[in-house]
Amino acid sequence: MRFVDEYRDADTARALAARIEALCEPGRAYKFMEVCGGHTHTIYKHGLEDHLPEAVTLVHGPGCPVCVIPMGRVDDAIHIAEQPDVIMTSFGDMTRVPGGRGSFQDATARGADIRMVYSPLDALKVARDNPDKRVVFMAIGFETTAPSTAMTVLRAEAERICNFSVFCNHVTIIPAIKAILDSPDLRLDGFIGPGHVSTVIGCRPYDFVARDYGKPLVVAGFEPLDVLDSIHRNLVQLARGRAAVENQYARVVPWDGNRKALAVINEVMEPRPHFEWRGLGFISHSALQMRERYAAFDAERIFQIPGGRVADPQACQCGEVLKGVLKPWECKVFGTACTPETPIGTCMVSSEGACAAYYNFGRFSRARVREATRT
Amino acid sequence: MTADDRTVPARHADPLAPGRELRVLERVERSRRRKARVREELITLAHGAGGKATRNLVEAVFLESFRNPLLEPLGDGAVAGELAFTTDAFVVTPLFFPGGDIGDLAVNGTVNDLAMCGARPAYLSAGFILEEGFPVADLRRVVASMASAARAAGVDIVTGDTKVVPRGKADGCYVTTAGVGVVDPGVRLGASAVRPGDLVVVSGPIGEHGVTIMLARGGLDLEADLVSDTLPLNGLVARLLDTCPAGRVRCLRDATRGGVATVLNEIAEASGAAVVLDEDAVPVRPAVRGACELLGIDPLHVACEGRMVAVLARDCADAALAAMRGHPHGAGATVIGRIADDPPGLVLLKTAFGGTRIVDVLVGDPLPRIC
Ligand code: SF4
Repeated sequence: MRFVDEYRDADTARALAARIEALCEPGRAYKFMEVCGGHTHTIYKHGLEDHLPEAVTLVHGPGCPVCVIPMGRVDDAIHIAEQPDVIMTSFGDMTRVPGGRGSFQDATARGADIRMVYSPLDALKVARDNPDKRVVFMAIGFETTAPSTAMTVLRAEAERICNFSVFCNHVTIIPAIKAILDSPDLRLDGFIGPGHVSTVIGCRPYDFVARDYGKPLVVAGFEPLDVLDSIHRNLVQLARGRAAVENQYARVVPWDGNRKALAVINEVMEPRPHFEWRGLGFISHSALQMRERYAAFDAERIFQIPGGRVADPQACQCGEVLKGVLKPWECKVFGTACTPETPIGTCMVSSEGACAAYYNFGRFSRARVREATRT
Repeated sequence: MTADDRTVPARHADPLAPGRELRVLERVERSRRRKARVREELITLAHGAGGKATRNLVEAVFLESFRNPLLEPLGDGAVAGELAFTTDAFVVTPLFFPGGDIGDLAVNGTVNDLAMCGARPAYLSAGFILEEGFPVADLRRVVASMASAARAAGVDIVTGDTKVVPRGKADGCYVTTAGVGVVDPGVRLGASAVRPGDLVVVSGPIGEHGVTIMLARGGLDLEADLVSDTLPLNGLVARLLDTCPAGRVRCLRDATRGGVATVLNEIAEASGAAVVLDEDAVPVRPAVRGACELLGIDPLHVACEGRMVAVLARDCADAALAAMRGHPHGAGATVIGRIADDPPGLVLLKTAFGGTRIVDVLVGDPLPRIC
């Protein structure tokens, strides 16, 4: 695993941390948002904040695919799963996401056949193996996972697998970043740009962040040194009074993205006029739906789904957390009513959710621990 | 301003935030120590995963009704005078996997639970729940493994029971075992004996059983040269107890479902101490590490069936480690951390990256039916 260790070296981190500290203007506080939940996970899992000077704060963003699924869509999926002869499939992360009538886990205990898969192709295999069942794949995720969903639909069509359909919940990252930038509650100095999404969409779509909002955005990889490097590059730009889009993750992310992947998405899916994001409300053109031409594989057309909007629980402040306005622990129910076993909001469910990351990895006083190690 | 407020860096725009964060953290820990409750109306797979949901179920349903002083510590087995007693059920799928099968697991699991109480395992029982249509040849294979595992561990299987259920009402073959063993006078192990300054040792590389099962189920497009770590640990424990003066081995736990992380959390909680681990010191084979990276699982959460966690007084650690390493089932024994007094009840990990994080028990179930 050398290729991983190289990006986790403590000495390199300390050297980079010193340069970060040197770049901070005395008396100034910096706030950077990591858009992507994968980064949030990396930050907490490796204890990255221990390397940051007090002046730098990281704010967790909305890029967690599970976190943004609204209650109503979970209910719709469970409704489909409870139809006769249906096998519902989805990623393991979805298992505990609460809807208005409980989670997949609860629906399974009531008798629904909901299976965890590692990819949409696995779901297609379930369809192939169970020709007398109707197999539905609940697709979630940003542009990162949309291509494999789209490919799977094309494969199903080519193989004439008629008992397979997709319940499409793919969302797109750019409108979410715009919504954050337009949110009056938050003052950010720059962005740690999403890595995986950018392998598909490339770096150009972020141009508006620098051009229209004057903020640096540095696309970053998922190892802790990548994230630290991205923070460093943000600070270098700020010190020079610049704002540009940079690609720290060039070993994986091509500047222009992956045209083939984009073409596949475009073949099978089209933007939805509106989609509800958990906690953020309706954002226009922020999600994808199946094109008419693939209606035969579109669960939303095959099944009568209630499609109701279910209000988030009163206590839930996921919206504020997803926008980075509140730190996870600032939510009133954090860690008491809302825990990973009994989540009220989605941010407590996914390993990429900010509340879960803080609860599972960061639920202690860093200062106290630092004191203790010093003595 | 309280003392706590002063020790916290001003990483927040809101100058009152650090104190508030500490208060929230305290509230969260208090609520974690609240009496366990089962809110669900139906059993879900999470209740069997060995994590928090299992714990809640055991405390709120079983302990609540059965409560007695022997059960209360919720250890690997009960110890009454010189007698140790334990039981375990096995539902692993697939039944046969690289390095073992449900038969080895069933014998080793119970032998190990007894060994963790400091007992010398003596007799086992075996119960079989078989599904109509299960091949007799497979049953013979399972039973042959049980016989050879029992021989290897030096125990006899002296009683048993068989039930058959209609097709579809079980999955092939489930096995339960119970066991009794003898505890030498003077041997008293338990999390409450753990003291700040003690060292935390594992007996070998972790996570091999869990990852082997995961790969054996296929569908992951991953291949690795891995076999289950299923082993009897009674020989290793006997050697350890012989080496260390009475009371210097504080606590032994085998890291099955929920992995090393779960065991350490139970120790931290029961002792009110902190466990501080060093990520670089935790032995994980590259194949296990690679698979865990890919699947986004922490090796500390992956089950082992032949590895134990030992908490040892510092003054006997060198001798203990040498003794363990001299035993074939403890060749990879190594110190992975220590017991500290703060933060009470938590397991902290010094990451290879130079940071600090919590290691919590597993929530949910990435992998049902691992043993
Ligand atoms: S603690 Fe729970 S309810 Fe509050 S923001 Fe986090 S996930 Fe949402």
